[in-house]
Amino acid sequence: MTSTPLKGSDLTAGPLADGTATSVRPRRLPRRGRSAPYWFLVPAVLLFAAFTVVPIGYAVWLSLHKVQVKGIGLGKGARQQVWNGIGNYTAVFEDSEFGHSVLRAFGYGLIVIPTMLGLALVFALMLDTPQARSAKFARLAIFLPYAVPGIIAALMWGFLYLPTVSPFYYLLREFNLPQPDLFDGGNLYLSFANIAVWGGTGFNMIVIYTALRAIPQEIYEAAKIDGASDLKIALRIKIPIVLPSLVLTFFFSVIATLQVFTEPMALKPLTNGLSSSWSPLMAIYDAAFLRSDIYGASATAVVLALATFALSFTLLRISDRYTREDRA
Amino acid sequence: MTPLTLTAVDPRTAPAKPKRTALVPTLVLILGSLYCLIPVIWVVIAASKGRGELFSTFTFAPGTGFLDNFKELSSYRNGIYWQWMANSLFYAGGGALLSAAVSAAAGYALGRFAFKGREFVFKLMLAGVLVPSIVLTVPQYLLLSKMGLADSYWSMLLPSILSPYGVYLVRIYAAASVPNELLEAARMDGASEWRIFSRIAVPMMMPGLITVFLFQFVGIWNNFLLPYVMLADDNKFPITLGLYTLLNQGASQPALYTLVIMGCFLAILPLIALFLVIQRFWSLDLLSGSVKA
Repeated sequence: MTSTPLKGSDLTAGPLADGTATSVRPRRLPRRGRSAPYWFLVPAVLLFAAFTVVPIGYAVWLSLHKVQVKGIGLGKGARQQVWNGIGNYTAVFEDSEFGHSVLRAFGYGLIVIPTMLGLALVFALMLDTPQARSAKFARLAIFLPYAVPGIIAALMWGFLYLPTVSPFYYLLREFNLPQPDLFDGGNLYLSFANIAVWGGTGFNMIVIYTALRAIPQEIYEAAKIDGASDLKIALRIKIPIVLPSLVLTFFFSVIATLQVFTEPMALKPLTNGLSSSWSPLMAIYDAAFLRSDIYGASATAVVLALATFALSFTLLRISDRYTREDRA
Repeated sequence: MTPLTLTAVDPRTAPAKPKRTALVPTLVLILGSLYCLIPVIWVVIAASKGRGELFSTFTFAPGTGFLDNFKELSSYRNGIYWQWMANSLFYAGGGALLSAAVSAAAGYALGRFAFKGREFVFKLMLAGVLVPSIVLTVPQYLLLSKMGLADSYWSMLLPSILSPYGVYLVRIYAAASVPNELLEAARMDGASEWRIFSRIAVPMMMPGLITVFLFQFVGIWNNFLLPYVMLADDNKFPITLGLYTLLNQGASQPALYTLVIMGCFLAILPLIALFLVIQRFWSLDLLSGSVKA
């Protein structure tokens, strides 16, 4: 592993990152203090072991076992955990419901990610236009949804999707326009996607905007003297420079998309058209707690984790190649 | 350098700087603000509507039932709503405080010391970010329930303490803001490593630590999956899970809708207030190192 997942952010972290680059190698300590860093790391390492390493190990162990019921399954020792090899894993790949949930998550991601990052980029570029009015207010307003818990955002939007209380439906009724059912089939994807876009755009906008602010103003002035328009400056100078932060936000958005859980969970009570295994996380939760199959659920979770890792490293490899070409 | 300074001083050669408002960017930003504010405005107005008004009056017309809704929500099941609120405050406040402390120690060690295994520990922790939350939460629940800790305050608090982002942010912050010369000088004076950390490093890293605290606070406050898996007793629910169960019951009886809406309004109020007051303290350039859960 040549790069950490957060490498790209060094470019957006501005002066702090520069500081790290120059002074990250401290001198060796005198013998007396050699053990100090290890002591400082103890709480973090213990927590990491207890709440990350051990649970992962336990999940892997569970995924390779199953329960065997002896006799009629009553009494002590009637239910035993026995080795199941890759049995649970083959079951995961035969389970079309899980496959569908992954496809649904990808479909949802195909809507959310380009919209959210596109809007975030546009807003960040607009904020960075010196003559734009109300920029300060807009920056706060667009970032505000970050402070709203995902589940509450989903509840609020859920009400806004309900024809009886929604202002949008009120307008549609007034103008005698067709009223779509936002909880139906394909519209469901748009309904979920809208909630995620609403909640995530501001955060990504700030990340990109911070990268834009780090660009020295002289570049723009030079380009202006050469007769470049604002649009041209945005397309030819600003976007290429903030590309690393776009890659970073894309990377985290993809990971978040695979883990979509809150929005469909929140809207589920409002509609009947939503299966309890709509997204991969819901499918795992469903298996673990509603069907009490923690072994199968663990295997599914491990598959999801491995897929996330594979996807992450592929994305990092691609972004690494891009940045290297830039340097050449 | 010289021509640039000249253009800045001499108005004749300076590029014409249009002082007029740029129409398209302003319009786009206003539309974006509206999109982001509409649900919030709606929930404020809807919270003021009585049961009858919610379904009969125009959605953006304020109602008359604000106080009644408030009283009804407060007395719902002996004020369990405020219990949820207090729980959220406890989980988010306590978890974020502990998280900032653990991140401070670990980030300082990683950012200011050269030692064997440093990069390994750091990269391993960062890789933890990539693990899907459910992969951790389900076995965490199973293990904690074996220890009799599931459905307890501990089951919410303990898994929320370690934040790889927090460690990452403090590492960057420590490396940039705590000069080695100062640490060396303190060592020459015979100060213990703990004393150097607590008396010199922590105060200097404070802005970074506040940022870590705030991120973790928002992260825990907004977390839904962890309480959903860990907790069964609704007296221990945080506000997110409490409102969710309230809506689940209300789905069959729209009479509860007004309570849920009032609950949403009150739940986002403290976070938005906190957010507006402290946004000047956030090191937003550190934002890129963290991400919304």
